[in-house]
Amino acid sequence: MRGFYVLLAVVAVGGAGWLIYAAQKKPAEAPAAVAPIPVANDGFKGYTLGSDSAPVEITVYSDFECPFCAAFASVQMPVVREQLIATGKLRLRFRDFPLSSHKYSRTAALAAQCAGEQGKFWEMHDQLFMRHDWAQSDKDPSDVFKGFASGLGIDMQKYQGCMDAQRYAGRIEASYEEGQARGVQGTPSLFVDGRHYEGKANSDDLKQLVDSIISARKRS
Amino acid sequence: MRHRQAIAVLALVGVFVATYLWLYKIGIIGVLQCGVGACETVQASRYAELLGLPVALYGVVGYAVLLVVSLVGLSSSFSGRRGPDLLLAALATIGLAFTLYLTGIELFVIHAVCRWCVTSAVIITAIWVTSVAALRRSL
Repeated sequence: MRGFYVLLAVVAVGGAGWLIYAAQKKPAEAPAAVAPIPVANDGFKGYTLGSDSAPVEITVYSDFECPFCAAFASVQMPVVREQLIATGKLRLRFRDFPLSSHKYSRTAALAAQCAGEQGKFWEMHDQLFMRHDWAQSDKDPSDVFKGFASGLGIDMQKYQGCMDAQRYAGRIEASYEEGQARGVQGTPSLFVDGRHYEGKANSDDLKQLVDSIISARKRS
Repeated sequence: MRHRQAIAVLALVGVFVATYLWLYKIGIIGVLQCGVGACETVQASRYAELLGLPVALYGVVGYAVLLVVSLVGLSSSFSGRRGPDLLLAALATIGLAFTLYLTGIELFVIHAVCRWCVTSAVIITAIWVTSVAALRRSL
């Protein structure tokens, strides 16, 4: 019994010490010289996949570092593309929503935008999500992204200039603020024809939903 | 008596984990050491509060009650009696159900997982398993 009380005392002292130590650590002050990211007002509404005349549009707010977004992009998206986008039923719009808890989300979003400047947004999107090891390493993935870009045949000088200048940082921030204004709290968040979709983000449910919207419109 | 001792130690660890999250929520702790995971996303979501109180505070109270009940159960007057085992199993079941609800919210609504919430889930699961095993043994 005495050993038990000794153990309890050790845990109590250790736990109290840990809490006192944690309470003394304050968040790092933001450097004064760093200006807030200006929100770009260039009218850009996100890259789309699918026909402009598709009857249904899904907007997805996504974060390249988010594992759930990677699962959606790598598992559900191929089926969505085949069954809904390729058949002309659906247009998918991608919006950046880089969560502050993810260290390299904005770098990845920039890489996708810089690839998009050269007409390779979706190709880079797929690379970032399908080869998601970079998101688990906690190391600066800039070189990994360069490798993706190079593999896609992107002009590397233009790409690097775009990345160094953070050319689309304001556009990404605008997308993030748009998501916040629409009540996005996590990723991936889907909006179907402008309405927040609360259901499961899987290809079966999305197909059923899109088909039902199209059928309802035909009837009315 | 061993199982009551185990529950007491686990509950004490749970008190500290829940207090850590609660102190962060009320601003006393400035930085959450999260590592892999998205603690801030979870803590900043509207699901981090229930009935106007931080969810972590329910954890502090819950673990504290488990700690007190297990310590009282270790006293000589309750030695060999089933009452504390029944109460511990009932409290642990409520705690486990609440934890399952919160984990479901993390996985399917917020789409973010907090390492400390997972730690708490492991602790309450261990307490539940220990308390149910103790109850079965005393039948």
